[in-house]
This record gives sequence, C-alpha cells and structure tokens, in this order.
Amino acid sequence: MSNESFAATGTLVRFALRRDRIKLPIWIAGIGLGMLYAVSALPTVYSTPAERQVRAGLMDSPAAKMMSGPGYGLDNYSLGAMITNEMVLYLAVPAAMMSIFLITRHTRAEEETGRAELIRSTVVGRHAATTAALIVAVIANTGVALLTALAMLSGDLAAADAFAVGIGIGLTGLAFAGIATVTAQLAEPSRASSSLSMAVVGAAFLLRAIGDVSQQGGNLLSWLSPLAWVQQTRAFVDLRWWPLLLPILVLVATVALGYFLSVRRDVGAGLVPPKLGRATAAPSLSTPFGLAVRQQRTGLVGWAIGLFIFAAATGSLTESVTDAVAENPQLGEVFTANGQDPLDAFYATMALFFALLIAAFAVTSVLRLRAEERTGHTEAALATAVSRPRWYFSWLGFTTLASAGLLLISGLGVGIGAMSGSADFGTLVEVTVATLAYLPAVMVVAGLTGALFGVRPGLSSLAWIVVGYGFFFGMFGALLDLPDIVSDLSPFAHTTPMPLADLPLAPLAVLTALAAVLVIAGNLSHRNRDLEST
Amino acid sequence: MPAALEISQLHKSFGQVKALDGLDLSVPTGQVAGFLGPNGAGKSTTIRILLGLLRADAGDVSVLGKQPWNDAVSLHRRLAYVPGDVSLWPNLTGGEAIDLLSRLRGRPDKNRKNELLERFELDPTKKGRTYSKGNRQKVALVAALAADVELLILDEPTSGLDPLMETVFQECIAEVKQDGRSVLLSSHILAEVEKLCDTVTIIRNGHAVQSGTLAELRHLTRTTITATIDRHPTALAAVAGVHDLQYDEGTVTFDVDTDQMPSVVQSLGQLGVRALHSAPPSLEQLFLRQYGDELVGAES
Repeated sequence: MSNESFAATGTLVRFALRRDRIKLPIWIAGIGLGMLYAVSALPTVYSTPAERQVRAGLMDSPAAKMMSGPGYGLDNYSLGAMITNEMVLYLAVPAAMMSIFLITRHTRAEEETGRAELIRSTVVGRHAATTAALIVAVIANTGVALLTALAMLSGDLAAADAFAVGIGIGLTGLAFAGIATVTAQLAEPSRASSSLSMAVVGAAFLLRAIGDVSQQGGNLLSWLSPLAWVQQTRAFVDLRWWPLLLPILVLVATVALGYFLSVRRDVGAGLVPPKLGRATAAPSLSTPFGLAVRQQRTGLVGWAIGLFIFAAATGSLTESVTDAVAENPQLGEVFTANGQDPLDAFYATMALFFALLIAAFAVTSVLRLRAEERTGHTEAALATAVSRPRWYFSWLGFTTLASAGLLLISGLGVGIGAMSGSADFGTLVEVTVATLAYLPAVMVVAGLTGALFGVRPGLSSLAWIVVGYGFFFGMFGALLDLPDIVSDLSPFAHTTPMPLADLPLAPLAVLTALAAVLVIAGNLSHRNRDLEST
Repeated sequence: MPAALEISQLHKSFGQVKALDGLDLSVPTGQVAGFLGPNGAGKSTTIRILLGLLRADAGDVSVLGKQPWNDAVSLHRRLAYVPGDVSLWPNLTGGEAIDLLSRLRGRPDKNRKNELLERFELDPTKKGRTYSKGNRQKVALVAALAADVELLILDEPTSGLDPLMETVFQECIAEVKQDGRSVLLSSHILAEVEKLCDTVTIIRNGHAVQSGTLAELRHLTRTTITATIDRHPTALAAVAGVHDLQYDEGTVTFDVDTDQMPSVVQSLGQLGVRALHSAPPSLEQLFLRQYGDELVGAES
C-alpha cells in the first residue's frame, strides 16, 4: 500500500473535526458527566460499607446482573467496584454508539450523498476518508477515556484502576469504530451500515447478559462480547490489564478487513450489488401510510427479530431467578422488604428496559419525517392530493402501531422464554400486558418528537434527551436514591406494571392524554409552517 | 376565460432575505407560459407558493381559481408538478415512485404511463438511488405528464435531459397545449422557451421585469440589421433608434429599436441597399439585455 492511498488524510481529519465540533464534544462530555455524577452521588447515597453490602445483595440477583455486569467485588462492595459493576456498561454503550455514528457519518453517508465523489476527485487517497474517520474516532475516544478516568480520580479512587476503566471504555468505543468500518463497506445505504453495527452492539449486550447471569464473573459468552471486556479488568477488585488487549485486537482486525473490502468495491457502491425491482408499485403503496410502511418495514422487521431474541433469552433466565432465591433466602427477603416478589421485579425491570429501547425506535421512526422533508420527498408527496395532516398522521400512525407491535413482541418473548422454564401461560399473558402498559409512555416520547418536528424539523432530535433521561433514571434512579421529583419527570417512571393487579391506571390515562396533546400540537404547527426545502 | 394562474404583488421573505418582492405573474388558460430568471431570482420560491408548500407574506395568489395554501388538496388533484431537483426515494424503483405519486394524486392512468415510459425510454425497474439526474427527471416527468390535469407546473424540467429526450419533452408539451391544458414552464433553456411558450415572464430580484407574448417582448427590444450599401452611412448614425453602428467596406451593421423601425428603414433605403439581412431579437438577447442592465446597475 503506497503513501498515495492516504494522501490528504490530515486535511480530512481537520475537516471532520470542524464538522463535528458540536456533536462530538456533546457525546464526550455527556459520557464524562455520567461518570462524574456517579462518582459524586454514590458516596453520599451509600456512605457506609453496610449500606453498600445491602446494594451488593440486590446486585446478586440475575435480573440485576443481566443489566449490570459480572459482579466482581460483590462480597466487599467498594465504591470503585460498584461503579465498575453497575455504571461502566452504560458508558461503554454510548461510546460505542458515538463511534458507530461517527464512522458512518464520515464514510458511508458521504458516499451515499455523493459528496465523497467530489472529495475523491481531488488529490485524496483511496483510504484517506476511512483513515481520517478512524483518527477522529481515536481522538474522540481518547477524550472519553481521559474524562471518565479523571472523573473517577476526582472521587479519590485508585489511579491505576481508574485509568483501566477509562481506557477500557475508550477502547470499547474504538472496537465498535472498527466494526462500523467493516459494515460501512457492505451496503449502499448509510442507514443499513449503522443499523448493522448497532445490531452488533445489541448482540454484544445480550451475550454478556447471558454469560454474566450464568456464572459469577461471566462465562465464555461474556468473553465473546466486546462490551464485557472493561468489566473483566476486575478494576478496583483485583486489577488485570490484559483483557484490554481484546478491543485492540478487534480494532486492528476490523480495520484491516475494512481496508481489504474497500478496495474491492467502487466508490458509492456496496459489496452487495443493487438489484432491479418491480416495474409497478404493489397495491399497498398507494397511500402516505403505505409509503411509511414501505420506508420502515425492513428496519421494523430487524427490530422485531432482535427484540424477540433478546426478550426470549432474558425470559429464559427466570429459572435462575427462582434458583437464586431458593439458594439465598436473604435475597428473597431483600425483595420482599421492597414489597415486590423477585420474579415480579425481574419482569418489571425487563418491561421497562424494552419500553426504553422501543422509545428509541419510536424517535427514529418519527425522525424519518424529518429525513423525508430534508430530501425533498415530502415536497413531491404534498404536491399531490395529500393534505399535511394526512401525511403527518400517516407517519405518526405507523410509529404508534409499530411501537405497540414491538412492545407486544417483547412481552411475548419474555413470556415465552419464561415458559421454557417453569412459568405458566398466565405469566405469559401477564408479562405481555405489563410490557404493553408502557405504550402511553412510548407515545409521549413519539408525540414530543412529532411536536418538535411540527415546530421546526431541526428541533426534533431534542426528543432523544427524554429517551436518555428515561434510561438514566430508569436504570440508575434506585441506585442513586434520587428525589422522586427528578425521576418523575421521566414518562417511564409512572408505570410500575408488576404485579399486574397494582397497575396504576390514572397515570396511564394522563400519559395517554399527554401523548395525544403532543401529537395534535405537532400536527397544528406542521400544518401552519413553511415546508423546508432542500 | 379566467387565467389558469394569477399572482399579483406577491411578497415572501426568509428571515432577512427578500425572495419575492411584489411579483406579478399570469398564465392564461390553455397557454404555455415561460418563467425566466437567473439562479436565485425567486422562481422556485414562487412555484412552492403556488403549490401551497410555502405561505406567502403578502399578495394574491390564485391557481385554477383557488387559494393554494387553503385548498391545497383539491387543487393538487387538478395539477401536476415536476421539481427542479428531483429527489427519489432511494429504495423505491422508478416505476414504484411514478405509481405512488399518481395514486396519491388520484385517477392513475396505466396506459398513458406505459406510453410515456416508452417515449422517454425509461427503465422503471431500477432503484431510485441508481438513477442519473436525467433519469430522475424523467421519472418525475412521466408521473406528471401521465396525470389527467388542467395545469402543469414545471421547474426547469429539462436541465438534465439529453437533446433527444428534450425533443420528446417538447412534443409532449405541444400535445398538452393541444388538449387545451395550461403549463407554467420555468426554464433556462431559452431556445426551448422560444419554441414552446406563448407568453414569457422574466423575473429579477423577486419581481417581474418583463412580461408579455414573445412578439410583444421583441417589440420592446432591438433588431439587428446588416446591409450592403453604396453610400457611406453617416446620415444613418444620426437617425433616432439606431445603435452600435459599424461600417466596413460597404457593409453596415447596426441595431434598431423595434418601434423606430419604419423611419430607420426609410433612411436606410436612401443609401442604395444591395443586400439586406434582418435578425429579430432572440430571447437570449432579450434575457442578456435584462441582466446586462443589472450588471451595469450593480457597478454604478
């Protein structure tokens, strides 16, 4: 490979940094602040070893392990061990997402829009764009590593372990940057490229969840997951550095594979060649709703399959919940003291987790409206006999139905997985209804996205804040012992679905009304504004 | 007969930028109206207001007797639009996009569509993302021309077409006109406008600077005359309406204001004309003259 292949890489790096000067600092600071918040809040919530041991008892349950980590240091739960076990995963996943979007944005998305063609016609090497994107990913993940490590140091934690965790989070991000470099070579649409990489994130999460639940410290399945390697350093318990070689290995291998594949395809093309299609449209493609379905059905099927596998796998873990309680009656007492049966607590956690994932789907689904407007497709459609309300409600209607369908599939998945153990059919029904009870909360998020889009398309991404907020306080609200008012701001805090008999109906009615108001407000402002043109 | 489309004193601003500043435009029913202007003059903004995609700040807009902002849906059943920069759904084939747009408008005509696909030599089975600019434009043109509508609004519809396809397009527009339908044709290709359009409106900085039939517009400008004459044309240079006179070994070339033509021809006749060639002003000259003025104006 000659140096010419990398010509102008430096210029492209500076150009990418210029384009991302707002986006990347927000990601990096967000991840760093998450860590800083945990480091400063946890010591006040759990000020004595005894309090931390109570928490450790809670974290010994399968449901908790599934959502946290392999459980190193539970017998002597120090602040550092607590952070590594419970927080690190939720900082590594955003680092992975940041890296995937970054790589896709600067490689495949550039080719898709045709801008890469313009760039490549100048004195720019064949590998320059990919290399520049990777260098930017290294810079961004170095920032993540430094900020998270410094945040831990501010809490007087052991320096070596703090850096192991920080560097580990950064390297996890880089491993996914490498994976995104490979998926960027495969298909022409940038959406497909980032979706494939995100599917790898989901699979990695699932692998380590099953592995960590199956065995204290995780088993082989955990080791197959790039998301598990940071926690496998056993930071603040019995530090070892070598697991961090694994993400480096993945990075080197995937980047080499990415370069190898990239010279075997044309600029703008994927390795999978485009196929010819139908000469005439199917009868279903006759309405705005039909178009909304057509544009999102591939993604929806992917979500449905992924969620079902994930849900069934987690549902099948209920057996271990029962076993754990049988072995350790104290654990049962902890839950009962909380007023909830351990299995109910498990199902409730799962329902919330899937609801939050599906809220993320709902936001991406409504954001398709923004993409349609930006690309000029909305203009073409609205120049026909389609009114703006019909257009808007068709897309929002699809989001509603698809979200309900995904909640149903997730609930069924958990229930079916549980039935493979000792659960009965009644449990299946109960878990499914409990998951569906999150539909109003999901629709509040979708409605907010729609309302923001109605005012101005550029504002609509702000809805992600609510999803992030819901995730953070849904997953860590109990850990951080936050005042109720803070958690209550999340639409997901008002549904405690299990046991089903206690399902609070009044908040559900309020959330439904709020969702309706938001959707309708979005329609009104959308109807009265100028269409944004390309 | 009422006009198919009537705009008067239309204003539209985007923040600080005045896109339209008192525009007047009219398309008589059954006629093809050309809409000319350089990039950024406000043509596409005007068209988006005509479609109800943008709301006018001030002024009256009437399309087929209706208000485009309020009556968009019922109005759009009666018109078809080809955008200047056609963007297709990347994962839909051209055929699917045409069917979708036709069905969204209502009353899709399959036979008419197939006939147009053949005439424009368009392969409807390719995905939107794989079409070239010209082929994307053909997709939009087929969808619009296949529609049984009273008014076509075309925003630079041929800027990506090859000369063969441009001819097909011109034939299609001639047929549309024969059917008594109306067309608003925004274009940069002046030969095309000259060939197709009954009336022309030239827009500059958001308002119309010239409008009328081509004959009327020609009347406002100069004809170029080249003549071989016996005598020296000193006297001619002094005649009102003669411009840029050049004389070289018996051949004189000059421009004449069209309304001064009778007196100039009389004077020319006294010089012993042996050969005479008169070139009526092309639209290109008209256009350049409008914007030539602007350049001069900008400098002063």
